[in-house]
Amino acid sequence: MKEILVIAEHRQGELRDITMEILGLANQLAQAHGLSVTGVFLGADASPFSQTLARTCDRILVVEDPGLDNYNADPYLLVLAQIISQQQPYLTLLGHTAMGMDLAPALSARLAIPLVTDCVGLAFPRDCLEASRQVYGGKVNALLRMKPSSQYLATIRPGSFSVDLAQDKTATVEKLPSPSWEGLKGRRFLGYLEPEVEDVDISEADILVSIGRGIGKPENIPVAEAFAEAIGATLSCSRPVADKGWLPKSRQVGTSGKTVRPKVYIALGISGAFQHQAGMKNSGTIIAVNKDPKAPIFKVAHYGIVADLFQVLPMLTEKFKKS
Amino acid sequence: MNIVVCIKQVPEVTDAELEITKDGTDIDKEDLEMSINEWDNYAVEEAVRIKEAHGGKVTVVTLGDEDAEDVLRRALAMGADEAILIDEEDFEGSDAVGIAKGLYAAVKDLDFDLLFTGVQSSDDAWGQVGLLMAEWLELPFASLAVKIELGQGKALVQRELEANTLEQVELPLPAAVTIQTGINEPRYVSIMGIRKVRNIEIQQRTAGDLGLSDMEIGEQGSHVAQRRLSLPEEGEGAEILTGSLDEICERAAQIIRDRGGVA
Repeated sequence: MKEILVIAEHRQGELRDITMEILGLANQLAQAHGLSVTGVFLGADASPFSQTLARTCDRILVVEDPGLDNYNADPYLLVLAQIISQQQPYLTLLGHTAMGMDLAPALSARLAIPLVTDCVGLAFPRDCLEASRQVYGGKVNALLRMKPSSQYLATIRPGSFSVDLAQDKTATVEKLPSPSWEGLKGRRFLGYLEPEVEDVDISEADILVSIGRGIGKPENIPVAEAFAEAIGATLSCSRPVADKGWLPKSRQVGTSGKTVRPKVYIALGISGAFQHQAGMKNSGTIIAVNKDPKAPIFKVAHYGIVADLFQVLPMLTEKFKKS
Repeated sequence: MNIVVCIKQVPEVTDAELEITKDGTDIDKEDLEMSINEWDNYAVEEAVRIKEAHGGKVTVVTLGDEDAEDVLRRALAMGADEAILIDEEDFEGSDAVGIAKGLYAAVKDLDFDLLFTGVQSSDDAWGQVGLLMAEWLELPFASLAVKIELGQGKALVQRELEANTLEQVELPLPAAVTIQTGINEPRYVSIMGIRKVRNIEIQQRTAGDLGLSDMEIGEQGSHVAQRRLSLPEEGEGAEILTGSLDEICERAAQIIRDRGGVA
């Protein structure tokens, strides 16, 4: 039976959510096409995770080695290239995460297997892989039909599939030996860095006023600050504002920043890249102000104002001063 | 410290009304402004800063049409020393692998310590090119770099992970690194600055010069058989507030108050 291989992701002793999301997708595909699901775990010790994985996999392959405890492209590539060459899975899935983004292209180059990255949907019509992605900053959907191949690789966008806990499989764990570590290129993992000390914890706020690229220049930030103050909100931002150093990184909402779920989230001049959406889409009420009616932020917002934020903000602030 | 930076010219799509071409395979770029891919701008800046601190030279490479010379000139104005333009003609229909093959062929014989690309391009967002090249060049690599320090033949790279976490990795040189936005503050490029570098020769390459056959690049070399683009459906998502600006603001203020905004 053809196989789907799912590369488990873990960090600092915890299985990452993306692993269970991909297993959810893998099981859907497996049921529809008569495939089996194999989980692959590389790490120092698989035992804390094997029960969780066993419920959602038909088979689990484990390579335990102290050198695999923290993700490092060098040894991970060596081990995964060996496993994929031996198992010849039809499809190998990784998360489109800091690990999968790092690993998948090199794996694809090393094994000459076609790769589709950042997929939000996968299907197998007529024996070839069909992948849904987003291009042009999330403003355009792309459906790609791949050429026929005996093997495919894909990375899956976090948050695209629900965590799969409903399976009641009972996979057995097969331990594979560590390979000989020949061919390593000298990359070394040195450690994790603690986040910087923060002035404000935005994930604690009830109301967030969040500014994006549309704020234009740092001189305009006081306009947003005045509004935030008028409604008792905390100021946060999207990636471009933190990238430019206009607000500290600790105020950034999104995949690489903070995940927030305030009662009210007001997005000002934020286009809404998926990395941003992933950090705020579970907020109670989302209001977006953007002059581009096609901005992806309007897909996750509950209320939208299509207008120049510099016209909206002074008037909106005034509404709160009067009352 | 010699550094090669691969860059790309992309259409500006923020705030732009996008249309899909009739054959459904791309967007209509006719009226769109073209500029350097945001990630690549940070990559050029990082390379120039390292050169300024450690000496050496910076070579920028792009694959594009003749207008793509603009992004090369821009990079030269930022402080790059040499520029290579690979003619995209035979690359039409390439996927990330085809593009990476062209760039790989153009840089493989250059003498460099670091190879930079952006993490991804804003158009196709494959996030593959730099790392495919790294693997073919048999270089150690790190993606998503937000800080790079150099010393003793090594690069100390901070990689951006999820949830406000970073990791530090060490790479022996030569190495390939993909650059994340926010790693630095790219310098301003003036029209005067671009004028000053107008006489620097841009080295031209074709697929033929690089020894690439039709089988490896373009549609034949691509893993993608068919690509169909579409715009997201209208009417999903937010309720758009309508009326005069005052009415809209009144309504928004009411929503904020109802949900707990302090008056």
